[in-house]
Amino acid sequence: MSKFQFPESIKSRPVYGTLEPRPGKAHLFVADAEGAEAIIEVAARDAGLMAKAHIIYIPKGADFADKLHALNPAQFYEGPTYAASVQRLRHVLENAHQGLQVYLTGTEGLMGQAQNEAMQAGIPHTAIQTEHRGSVARRMQCVHCKGITEDVMTDPFVCSHCGLNLFVRDHYSRRLAAYQGVCIDAEDPGNVPEPVELYK
Amino acid sequence: MSAAPQKAKPGGQQIPVVVSAVVPLNDLVTRFEFQRRDGGLFPPFSGGAHTVVEMKDGDLTRLNPYSLMSDPADSSTYAISVRREDDGRGGSLFMHRNVTQGDEMMISYPVNLFSLDLRAKKHMFFAGGIGITPFMAMIAQLEQSNGNWELHYACRTESLGTYVDVLSYKYPNKVHVYYDDQKQAIPLEDLLDGQPLGTNAYVCGPKGMIDWVHATAQAAGWPDAQVHSEEFLKPEPGKEFEVRLCKSDKTITVGENESLLEAIERAGVEAPFLCRGGACGQCETDVVKADGEFVHRDHWLDDEQHASGEKIMPCVSRFLGTLELDR
Amino acid sequence: MTIQFNDETFRDDYSFRNSDWAIKRFPFPFHEDSYMYAVNMEQHRGGPEGSVYEKRFDVDEHYVSEMRDRAMVLADDPLRCQSLPHMTLAGWDLLELIMVSKSEDYPDLFELHRDGNQWRWINKPLGIDDSFTFLDETTLPYGPMEYITRQTQGDFCVLDQRDDMLWMDAGMVTTQADWSLDFDIGMNFFEWHAPVPLAHEKGIFVRALKFLLNIQQGAPARRLNWTMTVNPLLDTSPENYHKWGIQKTTLTPENIGSKQHLRVELQTFFRLPRSNALVFPIRCYLCSFQDLMTMPKWGRRLHRVVRDLPEELATYKGFIDNRPMMLDYLSQFDDGQPTSPGVWPDFETEPPLKT
Ligand code: HEM
Ligand code: FES
Repeated sequence: MSKFQFPESIKSRPVYGTLEPRPGKAHLFVADAEGAEAIIEVAARDAGLMAKAHIIYIPKGADFADKLHALNPAQFYEGPTYAASVQRLRHVLENAHQGLQVYLTGTEGLMGQAQNEAMQAGIPHTAIQTEHRGSVARRMQCVHCKGITEDVMTDPFVCSHCGLNLFVRDHYSRRLAAYQGVCIDAEDPGNVPEPVELYK
Repeated sequence: MSAAPQKAKPGGQQIPVVVSAVVPLNDLVTRFEFQRRDGGLFPPFSGGAHTVVEMKDGDLTRLNPYSLMSDPADSSTYAISVRREDDGRGGSLFMHRNVTQGDEMMISYPVNLFSLDLRAKKHMFFAGGIGITPFMAMIAQLEQSNGNWELHYACRTESLGTYVDVLSYKYPNKVHVYYDDQKQAIPLEDLLDGQPLGTNAYVCGPKGMIDWVHATAQAAGWPDAQVHSEEFLKPEPGKEFEVRLCKSDKTITVGENESLLEAIERAGVEAPFLCRGGACGQCETDVVKADGEFVHRDHWLDDEQHASGEKIMPCVSRFLGTLELDR
Repeated sequence: MTIQFNDETFRDDYSFRNSDWAIKRFPFPFHEDSYMYAVNMEQHRGGPEGSVYEKRFDVDEHYVSEMRDRAMVLADDPLRCQSLPHMTLAGWDLLELIMVSKSEDYPDLFELHRDGNQWRWINKPLGIDDSFTFLDETTLPYGPMEYITRQTQGDFCVLDQRDDMLWMDAGMVTTQADWSLDFDIGMNFFEWHAPVPLAHEKGIFVRALKFLLNIQQGAPARRLNWTMTVNPLLDTSPENYHKWGIQKTTLTPENIGSKQHLRVELQTFFRLPRSNALVFPIRCYLCSFQDLMTMPKWGRRLHRVVRDLPEELATYKGFIDNRPMMLDYLSQFDDGQPTSPGVWPDFETEPPLKT
């Protein structure tokens, strides 16, 4: 069980909840890694849920696919990466109707990106459920070159696109599904503190 | 900050108008059209906006909100449609009996508490009776921008089907009418089923209908943020009560048939307002002391605030006992 | 009054200057000798003649050069101007508001001729004479918001109003105090204000939002905000912070008077009629410390405000490291005499500096 208690933060930082079954015409689950456990828990709370469920799961090295399969969802898909799964996700959303419930669980990067797809498709972000599980790594946007660095674990870190040393802000954009990274040594070039693991 | 801070007039800016037409539509509903007295154009407005009409009824000044139902693109004329409420507080009766073509009146700038969500993939309108009026303007606005909409309109009888004729003539495929006396009902559950993601529903009508649409949509898994409603509460009569206005150092009595807000205004005390219907939050007033029981009726304060007894919305809410306000 | 437009730059050689007229009308933001965040809003219905508050959209001597600077920023980074698809109607509302206001308030500079939806817009300072069809995007070279804000000083946020909330769904932002439209677009009022210290706790944003949601057509409002900028650099964006941040370290006791600028934003709020959106123009005025010191009252007061400002605010506004040097400079202009209330310089009545 890896449920991490994020420290209190500023108002743009997303707050995650606990998935609960909601009335709906169809149920779409998108999860990665330990997110599978949250699906298993919510499925146990409502016996009827899985009959109308579509699960898109990206294991990221975790070993839950069999257990998810065993829930007997109407549709199950295991994708190697998020990038490989996103076409399928878009197709599902394009063809969905009002009354679809969306459940996102796993890492922040996965939930953020899938939430953005669901919002583009017309679901208000307040109606999309999220539950954080697993890694606390962040998806970071470099405010200077706009490049995204996935799975950032330290502050500061090096932008994987432009190479600037960036510090990790809590300011978060739903549209970009990313936190903001800002040059740390702009006023004192070369003076970059040792990276520290996030939440340490 | 700077030198010339002018205070906003409570209720916003007003426009002097002349009644340019009075058109009875059926037994209950009459349309009133206005033009500006200075001959100029009205400001444009957005579908769903209302105006507050000021009526000089003897010594009494009545201020009633009505949805603007004319085409927002037509700046020469504003129009409202008023249903006669025989048991009401007299505003609609005054409009029906006393207002005639050529009369001079004051109306407020448009205020919108019921606007379209312009992101919506599709707009579904649910109207009950006189609740059709905001949709008249919304439909005109959407028609200009090729918006995707449909209307489901419940009326008591064919003869009371206000604007059914124009609507069905202009948009035969988009307008669906249901008559109560013919045992027709809006097939809401079916209609809500199968709509594309990003569809928004809007309902205007009696309270029961509004609650029904919200509850049915929720049960079908629709996000609350995509179901919009407008209900203008009317101040309800109640027992007379006494109020002390601390800042103005006055004690007033709120009569059975007037609202707390009206009583405050009658005493010559300026109080902010916009909708006069418990929806906009503008009239929120701090309670200094309360000896008795609140009758909260607004949609603005939440349950916790209602329970706290620290605030009241004088446009629609009342009190049983004696009250002291920070006004 | 005709305005003599300056030919100046806000980058590289920084030839930006304020005339005596511009200094006198500078919107000094402190009405007393201390400063704290507050819901400091008032009606925007004119102000003293010649002041920046007088017109709905103030045009001054920097107009032409500011517009040139904006065009350069946009050429480098088109993401500074964005409008989500549902905001086009609000863009037309804004275009109409600005064209009508400017042609009425500055008839010698701007003309608007309307025949139904056939409009002709003449902008003499920028040499523009365009005819187009109102509400038809195909008849303008840019979207309506971009078209008109390339011709209007100040940044613009256009806020959609939904669910008793404001959403930053469109904007033209090239003269910002270190925030990114590209990052913040789509956020709500509380989210884009998230990085601001202390104000959330004081309940300022909850009250401010209530006020803004109720701003009505025909009843605009305004407020001031301020920060500090080294060099008259308009584009202090996070995007380019790795390039301009270093300039903060170039202050010396010798150059601080000319290099350090007080940066004031005159922020206004207008309800837009067709879209029910709200537009938030943020007009930036810059004034060097040495120019401010020509007004004895401003000299005394600025010293006291900067000295007593809470550390959180000085850090957020990005001048905590330079504060000691600022105070060394400013203290020379504070002789301890009392100051008159209000923002105006009161040049005729305020005592000269005791030396
Ligand atoms: C709807 C219109 C408004 C918009 C679009 C807006 C936008 C912004 C933005 C983008 C920031 C920068 C935040 C950051 O650091 O990333 C900011 C700062 C701030 N805003 Fe607003 N704002 C609006 C209205 C208001 C109002 C009405 C108030 C009234 C109290 C207010 C108070 C502040 C304060 C105190 C700051 C910090 C500024 C500083 O210390 O330099 N804002 N605003
Ligand atoms: S006036 Fe709008 S809530 Fe009272």
